Amino acid sequence: MEYIAPLWPAYPELFLLVMACAILIADLFISDDNRIVTYGLTQMTLAGCALLTFFTGNAEPVYTFSGMFVDDLMADALKLLTCLAVITILVYARAYTAARGMFRGEFFALALFATLGMMVMISANHLLTLYLGLELLSLSLYAMVALQRDSVQATEAAMKYFVLGALASGMLLYGMSMLYGATGTLEITQLAQLSVEGVRAQAVLVFGLVFIVAGLGFKLGAVPFHMWVPDVYQGAPTAVTLFIGSAPKFAAFAIVMRLLAQALGAEALVDEWRQMLLIMAVLSLAIGNLTAIMQTNLKRMLAYSTISHMGFLLLGVLSGTIDGYGAGMFYVVVYVLMTLGAFGVILLLTRGGFEAEELDDYRGLNRRSPWYAFLMLLLMFSMAGIPPTVGFYAKLSVLQAVVQIGLWWVAVIAVMFSLIGAFYYLRIVKLMYFDEPRDTAPVRAGGDVRVLLSVNGLAMIVLGIAPQPLMVLCIEAVRASI
Amino acid sequence: MQGLPLLSLAIWVPIVAGIAVLFTGGDRNASAARMIALLGAVLGFAVAVPLYTGFDPQQGGFQFGELKPWIETFNINYHLGIDGMSLLLILLNSFTTILVVAAAWEVIQTRVAQYMAAFLVLSGLMNGVFSALDAMLFYVFFEATLIPMFIIIGVWGGPNRVYAAMKFFLYTLLGSLLSLVALIVLYNAAGGSFAFADLYRTPLSMVLQVFVFIAFFMAFAVKVPMWPVHTWLPDAHVEAPTGGSVVLAAVMLKLGGYGFLRLSLPIVPDASIHLAPAVIALSLIAVVYIGLVALVQTDMKKLIAYSSISHMGFVTLGIFLFNAQGVEGAIIQMISHGFVSGALFLCVGVLYDRMHSRQIADYGGVAGRMPVFAALFMLFAMSNAGLPGTSGFVGEFLVIMGAVKVNFWFAFAAAVTLITGAAYTLWMYKREMFGAVANDHVAELKDINIREFLILGALALLTLVMGVWPQPFAEVLHVSVSELLAHVSYSKLPVQ
Repeated sequence: MEYIAPLWPAYPELFLLVMACAILIADLFISDDNRIVTYGLTQMTLAGCALLTFFTGNAEPVYTFSGMFVDDLMADALKLLTCLAVITILVYARAYTAARGMFRGEFFALALFATLGMMVMISANHLLTLYLGLELLSLSLYAMVALQRDSVQATEAAMKYFVLGALASGMLLYGMSMLYGATGTLEITQLAQLSVEGVRAQAVLVFGLVFIVAGLGFKLGAVPFHMWVPDVYQGAPTAVTLFIGSAPKFAAFAIVMRLLAQALGAEALVDEWRQMLLIMAVLSLAIGNLTAIMQTNLKRMLAYSTISHMGFLLLGVLSGTIDGYGAGMFYVVVYVLMTLGAFGVILLLTRGGFEAEELDDYRGLNRRSPWYAFLMLLLMFSMAGIPPTVGFYAKLSVLQAVVQIGLWWVAVIAVMFSLIGAFYYLRIVKLMYFDEPRDTAPVRAGGDVRVLLSVNGLAMIVLGIAPQPLMVLCIEAVRASI
Repeated sequence: MQGLPLLSLAIWVPIVAGIAVLFTGGDRNASAARMIALLGAVLGFAVAVPLYTGFDPQQGGFQFGELKPWIETFNINYHLGIDGMSLLLILLNSFTTILVVAAAWEVIQTRVAQYMAAFLVLSGLMNGVFSALDAMLFYVFFEATLIPMFIIIGVWGGPNRVYAAMKFFLYTLLGSLLSLVALIVLYNAAGGSFAFADLYRTPLSMVLQVFVFIAFFMAFAVKVPMWPVHTWLPDAHVEAPTGGSVVLAAVMLKLGGYGFLRLSLPIVPDASIHLAPAVIALSLIAVVYIGLVALVQTDMKKLIAYSSISHMGFVTLGIFLFNAQGVEGAIIQMISHGFVSGALFLCVGVLYDRMHSRQIADYGGVAGRMPVFAALFMLFAMSNAGLPGTSGFVGEFLVIMGAVKVNFWFAFAAAVTLITGAAYTLWMYKREMFGAVANDHVAELKDINIREFLILGALALLTLVMGVWPQPFAEVLHVSVSELLAHVSYSKLPVQ
């Protein structure tokens, strides 16, 4: 078994796979009243997985499974963050899913398999491994969106998500086949080498690149491949929207890095994809921010806000420098933190069978619960990128990366659209603080949600005052891996 | 006292006090919130006083320096230090905070803790702007001040408060976002540093200087505010609660003037000199045209808001004259305007609390009912009109002197304000305070209580002291201003 050794870099994935299967079976013998046991097991599995990732972490890249799998610093950091994000998601989602009959074994099994998919994507050093992880994630997510079988909206969203997702996967696969045709290899490190040396079939390579970028655009939800984002965000049960909107962005960022920065990171190719990313980024900023203004549904508004954030993320990536990739990673971490918090508040405000996804539901939140209003205020200002919240430093590092390569006019466009973006985030603050509540019921939350949400919200300001450690982690992770 | 990080204290004491106030919770503990807030404001001023006593006016450069690495990835440091200009503004800010907290004592009855906390945090942040020596630190403080002010206007403001708060926020954000891009461009030009000292000595081409100047101009001109980007100010003032108006007029507008002095002039001196005629033209339009606009206002707060814009026109005029009288006059004018406009808004607040109207037409004959108040109000009105012997005169006189040196017609146009200023202020005063008692409400007015008297009295004293003996204010400025002007006179264009 020499050729698959060593096995240890993949311990977290193996552990997760075994536990996911075990939980799936164990859940059959657990009655509905004791479903909390499944929940506990799931959380422990994720925590164990996070610990394993932490302890098997290493600074130098280690390749295994005949070079199909890589364990480097970026992978460790992103996997650790993914596990933590999923743990947070499940905590926030507990009350919501329980009230809607979704607190079932399937939900947890799907969550675990989705997490496994993300981790495989993050550690992929081979286009097939990457695709395998992507499909595992996507299929789990399609099923999660459709979990509420009697909801027409959710079924429609799942259908849309599935069709467009399959299309995107097809594009990606097609692009990969082109890369294979041009270079004769599917391994990312070899691709990187070949593309630096230059291949004879340069045209085929660039042709494949176009499909890869389009596929990635779909997965990220960047304009013009963004159509699925608002419908899926709005249609899916909020707990699932939280899932889709947060943790998978780590994996999406990882495959962007693996494919563009690593496999196709040669100088000549960077110039090729930079143009495409630039157009996608600017359009995402424009359409995301402008359309978000018109939304009255908070989930839909956050969907458009996600599109604009992805535009910013792409700006970091397109610089093609280590600083830029580091800025992109910092941005994605901050973005996930903000999304978790914002959807955490939405989930908190849903009671019984009632959703709290209309903007009007946030009227006078400051009267009902000053603390949660304050947390939401921090989250909104962070999304708008106002210092001293951490969202500002995310934007700052991306802008610096863009200006560094001489694209200062892009930075001007980006800040102008974030000015427009500030308007709709401010509107939430306005509703919470300036308006009278229509519903005076106090906001109730379990202890776990209260603590986690407070940590999540305060992280905006704490990381804003001390952003240095996270920034260094991101830049070092990228430097060690690319 | 030497060992203490006084500047950090001046920033963080009010902020920590503000957070502490929040912990008093709901309005049941309002009196505790008020006490803690007052304590925090007084402490904040107390730590600012040693800055003045320990300041050496003969020494150039920055004093009370503090330097700690903050974000090493971008070489951003927590670098503080003050010169004469910052010193006066920090004192003004810390002092105003006490007045604002005291002025809200009985007036604000809802969400008292949040109100007090917002003002204290705002005060700390503005001290941060005035003492930052790193451009990114400056920017962070500069932007962060928007959040508490947005909340103050939006929560405790008048009927149209949402519109005013949004307009205020987005207008000022527009300017500062452009200056953020400019700062990043400068960071790269300076070889990876945001420190003012590095930015000051980096040579820049004229094209880049003009770009940076315009970006900074957008940020600071909106803040000052200069014509034609002033339209947010009357809205914000009219809707803001009294305390909000006071802080806005007395301190927040000065962030713009200070920004010109600390960033625009020294970082892009050639572009500043090159574009000075345009800035002077806008300033003179503000002085003359906005002065006329103020004349026709029927709302007291709007009138004072327009008067603020007109007076701030003097500040930008003085700054862009590039001579000692002009710049010193501009700074003195900022401080004086801080006292006078703050006092005028407090006076309007006193009347509004009793009558719930800001319309000049609803008043008349108030002097007979409120003689003490009328006397103090008279003093502030006179100072606003630039009467010699009050603080309002000193700054305007210096700026006009400076303007004569550059161009007689600049001075002539600026001097028009002495007529319009007197006209709109005194006419407003006459219509409100003199004449027959206008209605039953006025007849029932009670004179100011001891709390209001102390607040207005303190400001009156300062206005007079500054008017007859400006030396303590001016002496700390000389070295800082001459250093600034010496720096500006050297071209930063790269040697061919």
